[in-house]
Amino acid sequence: MGVEGIGASVVRKEDRRFITGKGRYVDDIKIVGLTHAHFIRSPHAHAKVKSIDTSAAKDMPGVVGILTGQQIVDDKVGNLICGWAITSKDGTGMKMGAWPAMAPEIVRFVGQAVAVVIAETKNQAKDAAEAVVVNYEEFPAAADIRAAIKQGAPQLHPEAPGNVIYDWTIGDEAATEAAFKAAANVVSLDITNNRLVPNAMEPRAAIGEYNEAEEHFTLYTTSQNPHVARLVLSAFYNIAPEHKLRVVAPDVGGGFGSKIFIYPEEMVALWASKKVGRPVKWTGDRTEAFLTDAHGRDHLTNAELALDANNKITGLRVKTYANLGAYMSLFSSSVPTYLYATLLSGQYNIPNIFAEVISVYTNTTPVDAYRGAGRPEASFVVERLLETAARQLKVDPAELRRKNFITQFPHQTPVIMAYDIGDFGASLDSAMKAIDYAGFPARKAKAKSEGKLRGIGLSCYIEACGIAPSKAVGSLGAGVGLWESAEVRVNPVGTIEILTGSHSHGQGHETTFCQLVAERLGVPISQVQIVHGDTDKVQFGMGTYGSRSAAVGLTAILKAMEKVEAKAKKIAAHALEASESDIVIENGEFKVTGTDKSIALPIVALAAYTAHNLPDGMEPGLKEGAFYDPTNFTFPAGAYICELEVDAATGKTSFINFVAADDFGRLINPMIVEGQVHGGLAQGIGQALLEGAAYDSSGQLLTASFMDYAMPRADDLPSFKLNHTTTLCPGNPLGVKGCGEAGAIGASAAVINAITDAIGNNKLEMPATPDRVWHAIHG
Amino acid sequence: MYETIYHRPSSVDEAVALFGKGSDSKYLAGGHTLIPVMKQRLAAPSDVIDLGKIKELIGIEASGDTLTIKAATTYFDIMQSADVKKSIPAIAYLTSVLGDPAVRYRGTIGGSIANNDPAADFPAALVSLGATVKTNKRSITADDFFKGLFTTALEDGEIITQVSFPVPAKAGYEKMRHPASRFALTGVFVTKTKAGDVRVAATGASQNGVMRVPVIETALKANWSAAALDSVKVSDSGMLADIHGSAAYRANLVKVMAQRAVTAAG
Ligand SMILES: Cc1cc2nc3c(=O)[nH]c(=O)nc-3n(C[C@H](O)[C@H](O)[C@H](O)COP(=O)(O)OP(=O)(O)OC[C@H]3O[C@@H](n4cnc5c(N)ncnc54)[C@H](O)[C@@H]3O)c2cc1C
Repeated sequence: MGVEGIGASVVRKEDRRFITGKGRYVDDIKIVGLTHAHFIRSPHAHAKVKSIDTSAAKDMPGVVGILTGQQIVDDKVGNLICGWAITSKDGTGMKMGAWPAMAPEIVRFVGQAVAVVIAETKNQAKDAAEAVVVNYEEFPAAADIRAAIKQGAPQLHPEAPGNVIYDWTIGDEAATEAAFKAAANVVSLDITNNRLVPNAMEPRAAIGEYNEAEEHFTLYTTSQNPHVARLVLSAFYNIAPEHKLRVVAPDVGGGFGSKIFIYPEEMVALWASKKVGRPVKWTGDRTEAFLTDAHGRDHLTNAELALDANNKITGLRVKTYANLGAYMSLFSSSVPTYLYATLLSGQYNIPNIFAEVISVYTNTTPVDAYRGAGRPEASFVVERLLETAARQLKVDPAELRRKNFITQFPHQTPVIMAYDIGDFGASLDSAMKAIDYAGFPARKAKAKSEGKLRGIGLSCYIEACGIAPSKAVGSLGAGVGLWESAEVRVNPVGTIEILTGSHSHGQGHETTFCQLVAERLGVPISQVQIVHGDTDKVQFGMGTYGSRSAAVGLTAILKAMEKVEAKAKKIAAHALEASESDIVIENGEFKVTGTDKSIALPIVALAAYTAHNLPDGMEPGLKEGAFYDPTNFTFPAGAYICELEVDAATGKTSFINFVAADDFGRLINPMIVEGQVHGGLAQGIGQALLEGAAYDSSGQLLTASFMDYAMPRADDLPSFKLNHTTTLCPGNPLGVKGCGEAGAIGASAAVINAITDAIGNNKLEMPATPDRVWHAIHG
Repeated sequence: MYETIYHRPSSVDEAVALFGKGSDSKYLAGGHTLIPVMKQRLAAPSDVIDLGKIKELIGIEASGDTLTIKAATTYFDIMQSADVKKSIPAIAYLTSVLGDPAVRYRGTIGGSIANNDPAADFPAALVSLGATVKTNKRSITADDFFKGLFTTALEDGEIITQVSFPVPAKAGYEKMRHPASRFALTGVFVTKTKAGDVRVAATGASQNGVMRVPVIETALKANWSAAALDSVKVSDSGMLADIHGSAAYRANLVKVMAQRAVTAAG
């Protein structure tokens, strides 16, 4: 309805303040009496803190306080929790080591905080931190998976012998074994899924403020889910009770998952504000972001595919080692298990799947959800295997995929997921047409005649989004429900406020959520305000991640809207002396169908608040809330095809074309969807070609700045050609599926499939840097 | 950053005098190397003496067989200069692939060579072209100026005032960009002098910083063409090796970039 309703590419409301530098981020907040925190961090990957001498530092100019790990333990501040319990195949629970917010005794990764200096200025805090003498006894470190699981490896936590956190399986092992025995062909592949650093544009920051008279705390923080932060801080960390703690996540400059978690620095800022009796601000710098923001991915996998004589897939067997770093971050346990192995069926009808996932501790930064979280890793495994199978069997990779596509819905996979709808063939057709797949052999031949190596690579991804049905995730070990809540307030003058538990940190909710209101009521989006990110304002919420905010958050708003509309119709019918069932809403007016009688929304709203003439027994006011719990995940899916050339002399890759055909269900704002896909593709291509966190064997992060960690720049990327095919999601009334992670999930396999096609050699790990590609070609 | 005293002298003599007065003075040009290390508290000069506004240090002159670029001239001005494009276009090209626009607007030729980063672009140009570095005290040939990683012949307080390049018969530069920093993963500058000599310098490759590449020079002297290098093998001994490139890869790049530089030089 109208130019600002669902399906309209409305310009983003929030961009005016962002592009004019008027956003209000945590670091922009000034509070009277503010002090500044600087953390003292371990330079060692594994060591014992023998002593911390603060005597020279504590009287330095501006120093307000110096707090150590021991003090945080003495104050009984809770250890960091992991919110998803995973059970090993032998029935035992996960082996979790303690993670205090600052280390009182043992440090297990470079950058782990051991103390914090609080001073009048950041510079004074840094000066004093240099005068604090920390004595360490260094231990040997296990800096990667292989080092952590080998005999005699350094032990990180006494709770986890052999550094193994859990050894978890999914699927039917015996049936899968039988499928492999009976297979006509078996394809096997070893895969490294490289470790990534999220690198949100805004580093993490926190301000803790304690009001002694009220015994009340406020935390301003860079969070994707302020209510979850409040819940965890109060229920587990003993810093403040829930009703005495307000968490505000103002403008947040990107998250990509890394701002879901409640980190030590946020805890310390809050705790320290009471200790020193002054508000405490910490703003991380880029080095701290590299060292302490939860990293993503980091898997070692062996995957095998069984096929029958007709090239139908009969089985998939996967064994993955997942690196969770030195401590278990908030959702770390679920990422390589329920967010990964449940997607191993991909877009294919695979009757037998068995996966084993062994998660291990290493002396590295903790690893957790990063854009896609488990699903990029699954998609990469499946799509690399399919491509490898096609080459091994000498069949066209598109045809092999098509032959094995799931075409009947709903479809129950052997790994929990029940796909509700999709049309994988349509996406593949669309992508193949867009890239002129049929013309590729001729283009490749022409390139060859010019001395160029040209390749094409497909990736048909599926993801589970709209996270998640609470009962289902609860039965799998999640510590929280994953519904969303909303409140719709129609003010007495007819403007509308939407309070949502979703949080926007780049997604554009302030626009798209308004578009739903515009669609239903026919009012301009300028009359609608989205309120989010403040636990004192919004009733509750589970936040934004897992491409859930449209499918779950917006549906909650829709449910609340329906209640508001029903009440408003009653008021309108009463005022117009018509039957409620005859009232329709159009262009901001309540009309009696078939007549010229109408009443404008502001009049209805005013009537609701003056309450002079409401139907008998009706409560005043026009404000309704709703909680929405989805019945299933949603399943965005699509096909990506990448065509590129490799310079054999340098190993450098140049894109020729990159096409995407996504099925996100209904699009609320196609322009914003396009932006989300662009960003996701940039990160997926970044993983494939450029990004990779590297540690040396002693556990030092070699890529701790942008001089060494290659973030994709605009000129590293091709101009994307985006297409959409649409099957409406039957699981929610809007028919939406989610689009936030797709690009990051599907892109990397397409790129690696294309490079390996170009060079005719499958031995290539991500990131496929020119150096690695050159070595793959020349040995 | 630690506290420091900022000075803005208007002549080289004044800068030198100020330098002597500070307990631990540093000259500042574009600041694209010095300021980041100060922000990281890795450098703590007592006094920062800005050379960027000294008029006698800015400008480009082409006279017959010599192109002279004054020390505090920015990459951007070098890239745009008609004199540079006409006399040694390879230098204009080099600056166009150096860093990004922000770096090119601030960074200077003097700062670059004083810093002598082993992956910086300009040292290759100076060595290959046989340039002369002029300071407030003396003239130093490029071969004598660069002394390994981040080390030069400059004495404490000595100011580079200008660099003079003999205009060559032919010159070309090609660079494989470092994927993250965009410095030279390896860059090669090739020069054929008017006297017929060939000088080739590689940056980003050797553990000792910018280096001449004799095997390539010999081959090109015999036959100035990319094909002349087809059978040349550059040894990987002494080459840098890190996560972005093995020693063997860098040795390969020295040859491939040299071939492309020759092609670019014409
Ligand atoms: C993001 C980024 C990308 C970059 N990419 C590249 C690249 O691709 N290629 C490349 O070559 N470089 C690159 N650089 C480095 C850049 O070229 C620097 O500007 C250069 O190394 C230093 O020049 P400056 O004028 O900024 O010097 P400053 O940082 O001001 O000074 C550097 C040093 O030189 C000294 N100094 C400066 N001028 C003089 C003088 N006239 N006499 C004596 N001493 C002097 C200073 O005291 C200081 O020790 C990059 C830098 C950044 C930040």
